[in-house]
Amino acid sequence: MRALVVDDSRTMRRIVADILGDLGFDTSQAGNGREALDMLEAGQTFDVACIDWNMPVMDGLEFIAAVRAQHEWSGLTLIMVTTEGERDQVVRALAAGAHEYLMKPFTPDALASKLGLLGLLPVEESL
Amino acid sequence: MTISAGTFTFVADLVRRRSGVQLTDDKEYLVEARLQPIVRQIGLSGVDEYVDTLRTVPYGAEHDRVVEALTTNETSWFRDFTTFQILIGHTVPALVHDRRVSRPLRVWSAGCSTGQEPYSIAMALLDAAPGLTVEITATDISQEALRRGRAGRYSQLEINRGLPAAMLVRHFTRAGTEWELSEEVRSKVTFSRHNLLDTPPPGGSFDIIFLCYVLIYFGPETRREVLCRVRSVLAPGGFLLLGAAESVIDVGDGWDRVPVGRGHVYQVNARGAA
Repeated sequence: MRALVVDDSRTMRRIVADILGDLGFDTSQAGNGREALDMLEAGQTFDVACIDWNMPVMDGLEFIAAVRAQHEWSGLTLIMVTTEGERDQVVRALAAGAHEYLMKPFTPDALASKLGLLGLLPVEESL
Repeated sequence: MTISAGTFTFVADLVRRRSGVQLTDDKEYLVEARLQPIVRQIGLSGVDEYVDTLRTVPYGAEHDRVVEALTTNETSWFRDFTTFQILIGHTVPALVHDRRVSRPLRVWSAGCSTGQEPYSIAMALLDAAPGLTVEITATDISQEALRRGRAGRYSQLEINRGLPAAMLVRHFTRAGTEWELSEEVRSKVTFSRHNLLDTPPPGGSFDIIFLCYVLIYFGPETRREVLCRVRSVLAPGGFLLLGAAESVIDVGDGWDRVPVGRGHVYQVNARGAA
């Protein structure tokens, strides 16, 4: 499984990438929505993208709308990962095409639970 | 800092007698970690001193507090999405199809902790079968967990853990720094204190029983007793659901383990009904 982490904070990118790495994902990183879009346009493919909302150049909401406008990227699962925590903002992100929404700060198991909901983690087979 | 062997033995024995939960010798750290906040709150010097005071007084609320501290576990919304897919895609349709009477569908969430499981069941059923009348009984040994469940308010950290964003939007409103469940969902769930080692919960039989990640804390003997009690309150044709990772558990020969999708459901067979 391949994951793309889109966040303008290098620290945050590393934290999210480390969690995804521990869950078995190969991860790539982009500093804003435009960089992430460039990677997709260059033909890179990912199973899931974890996207910050507030970023320079192109924010997370614009990136999500741009991805959902392209049929060829319809297999990419989009998770908004943000400090924005109002109900209306969750509504806006879902309306733009986000599949899930995770509010910062979060624990590694919270991100894992979201991936589980989206069918991106194997079911635990044993205790 | 560590605790003395005598302290561990006393606490492990207390927890086993009152809840059936077995604390193996490697759980010394757990006893210390869970009791330390109580010790600090009371202002004692350490866990050993606290436990020494418990030994000198008859069983009471303070002992209950120790049992609760050692048996309350992390929980999340829709823990095991597979189990909920089975509930919606198989179990509820099967029950609705077979029904001869039009009474409400009765569900028991046993070991419900702070309410995420019974409320997840309520939300899943509201969204998938809006016309269905459902009564969910949620039980736990911990009064504090039940109080939180009844309140129906959760922190952002708790909301993050497994709650689909679409359900957050549909069933919750923001209440300060927390999120509050709608009255519609809360009204489906009744919380009551119940120890799985005691008699079954009051109120008759259940069509569906959720017993997720509870049996793993019990030894084989207690597990058998609990399953026997569960069997006695499962309505004819009803289903028992365990956690997805609990398929390795030996439930005994009174149950049929029926594969459904990526998981299993359990039904009482002729031997169990005898």
